[in-house]
Amino acid sequence: MKDTSEEWSGMSDMLAMGSALLFSVIGLILAVVGVDGGMRLHGLFLLAASAAAFFYVLSHPTDPRADHATGYFDGPVKVATIACVIWGVVGFLAGDVIAWQLAFPWLNFDLPWTNFGRLRPVHTSAVVFAFGGNALIATSLYVVQRTCRARLPGKWAPWFVVWGYQLFILIAASGYVLGITQSKEYAEPEWYADVWLTIVWVAYLLVFMGTLAKRQEPHIYVANWFYLAFIVTIAMLHIVNNLALPVSLLGSESYPLFPGVQGAMTQWWYGHNAVGFLLTAGFLGIMYYFIPKRAERPIYSYRLSIVHFWSLIFLYIWAGPHHLHYTALPDWAQTLGMTFSIMLWMPSWGGMINGLMTLSGAWDRLRTDPVIRLLVVSVAFYGMSTFEGPLMSIKAVNSLSHYTDWTIGHVHSGALGWVGMISFGAVYCMVPWLWKRQGLYSMRLVEWHFWLATIGIVLYITSMWVAGITQGLMWRAYDHLGFLKYSFIETVEALHWPYVIRATGGLLFLLGGVIMAYNVWRTIRGDQPVDLKDQPRVAAAPEFRPGIVAAPAE
Amino acid sequence: MKHEVFEKNSLILLIGVLIVVSIGGIIEIAPLFWLKSTIEKVEGMRPYSPLELAGRDIYVREGCYNCHSQMIRSLRDEIERYGHYSLAAESMYDHPFQWGSKRTGPDLARVGGKYSDAWHVEHLRDPRSVVPTSIMPGYPFLEKTPLDYGNIAAKMKTMQEIGVPYTDEMIADAKTDVLAQIRPDSSEAKALLKRYPKAQVRKFDGAQGDNLQPTELDAVVAYLQMLGTLVDFTKFDASGPNLR
Repeated sequence: MKDTSEEWSGMSDMLAMGSALLFSVIGLILAVVGVDGGMRLHGLFLLAASAAAFFYVLSHPTDPRADHATGYFDGPVKVATIACVIWGVVGFLAGDVIAWQLAFPWLNFDLPWTNFGRLRPVHTSAVVFAFGGNALIATSLYVVQRTCRARLPGKWAPWFVVWGYQLFILIAASGYVLGITQSKEYAEPEWYADVWLTIVWVAYLLVFMGTLAKRQEPHIYVANWFYLAFIVTIAMLHIVNNLALPVSLLGSESYPLFPGVQGAMTQWWYGHNAVGFLLTAGFLGIMYYFIPKRAERPIYSYRLSIVHFWSLIFLYIWAGPHHLHYTALPDWAQTLGMTFSIMLWMPSWGGMINGLMTLSGAWDRLRTDPVIRLLVVSVAFYGMSTFEGPLMSIKAVNSLSHYTDWTIGHVHSGALGWVGMISFGAVYCMVPWLWKRQGLYSMRLVEWHFWLATIGIVLYITSMWVAGITQGLMWRAYDHLGFLKYSFIETVEALHWPYVIRATGGLLFLLGGVIMAYNVWRTIRGDQPVDLKDQPRVAAAPEFRPGIVAAPAE
Repeated sequence: MKHEVFEKNSLILLIGVLIVVSIGGIIEIAPLFWLKSTIEKVEGMRPYSPLELAGRDIYVREGCYNCHSQMIRSLRDEIERYGHYSLAAESMYDHPFQWGSKRTGPDLARVGGKYSDAWHVEHLRDPRSVVPTSIMPGYPFLEKTPLDYGNIAAKMKTMQEIGVPYTDEMIADAKTDVLAQIRPDSSEAKALLKRYPKAQVRKFDGAQGDNLQPTELDAVVAYLQMLGTLVDFTKFDASGPNLR
């Protein structure tokens, strides 16, 4: 027995080094003979990362004593958690910078690398994929181990998933600044970055499925259904939407396979389901583990979770065409998109109800535990934005809201309120648990973070409602002679103050993120919590909780 | 049916999820490739000239789509503000499409010919010099950057492979055509106009002199000035049998 597992471990070292070497060679080739500067730079990134991986594996060979690792594989989870916090701050900062640019255009500095058009994808990718994606990778790999009572499979694969994903983010973000983009929203990275992400994502799916296959529990826990649906659907969306033909295999440019109307439909099938499966299904996985855990209450209704899981994933995928109302997309597709978007309200609220009602019998914790408050308020925002979404998908409403800042506000009530807050809650839960601390460094700071973020969100979404509805109404206003009442630029001028208020709200949200980063850093460093007596016992790592014995699988 | 089947078999759960999430996309996307009514039959559409294509690539590079749509919806106020609603046919050679999702600035689907070249040059250099309350970034670097069109033929070849009707002749003459489009008096300009009807031939950025070379600004303005100008709407009947 022992010999085979040593052989396996040795083989995985060889495999890891072989792949690292292969990618180093590819990186070297691209760095030397790449036909444009962007490709050469990204080749260099790949070379550096792969070479570093190669030497790391080489210097950490199979050690028969250490490598029969039992217990959970938490190193990659820790890296992804820290990455989530850092990228979060970067993404919020990028967002706030471009928000100020809209209020004060001189902030574009008239340089290629600092203009709104190039920085906006940096913001969206940093928050959606870098912050959100790392939150999902960290929590999913944490949750799947605990709920399956099984260690992640592989010795290097989970590390590859986490570091490979960071490399993807670096390539994508530096590419945008250099003008490398395929201009499909939330799918801007060029073909080679897409290929790399596909490789990383397949490894992620295998690691996740491998853990499910090894599980000691007879049932697969609800959270894992959502994580699994997120991983496989994102794989499907990513591959289909990014089909493209490179101009040269040594260059960064490519042209997407699908043109015009088919391209638009495919893009928004992707775009809306990046929301549906990354920002919703994945984060529902977080909800289904961290809310019951933190509240120490069972899920409200198991039956409801089954019903809303299947209906959510079935209906979401149809909703894309509501981004294309009254466009050149055929009417039948628009109507289908609207119909399914409205139906989607039901499973969305099913999820919300299941999350909120889990607090039954523990509502007092809202007052005493700011982490629970983050988690619960996020679910409330989820409910709000999943009501607003179906409303905006109705063609008559959409004719007013589309192309305006109302859409931006809607996205942010979901992104800041739901995705942001539930991620903050999960990070505040996981950090003391992962690093085996008695609690967070400071619960007071969590309180500050909660209020800064909440006020920031309120400023953001109210100002965007005002901006969006104002502009939408101005565009369609007629004077008494039957002429359009406003020129386009007049409708831009009207938005100055809403833009200032929005950017201020964003600044508060960013400040909250910085406070979280500080709090997490002090906790990881091992500083004694300043307000330990105020923290609930569930804040501590299991071994520090009085009266309970650490789970046997630890 | 017992839900236990999914809860106890990870592979069955995976397959179940895959089936459930595939249905919507298949039904909404696949028919667009074969239903003839998806793209109207119109006259005038042609692939971009090499200079226009280069301009379009710069438009994409700078992320103009983040603030400008190219899709006029079939709503009264939009048609009065921007012109005829956009047809699917008008973006059938667009890889990628540039319909956009936000109008921080106005729609550009039919901006071609609405402003002079000089206006565009001023506006791109410093938007607030012509529209004092504009919030658009300035792009003064475009006129200072020579257009790199070394791989324009390779780009058109790529497009040909994914279905854009570039002829081999168009690809072979791509580089000549870039220069021809900024040199109105040249003999090559005539050949260009034959290949790309309605193409506008002039030095778009306003530079004067002999043996002029194209700048990135030339390409962008050439692209903007042709947007929405190709389809012959006098021959288009919205209620007719527009089957392709």
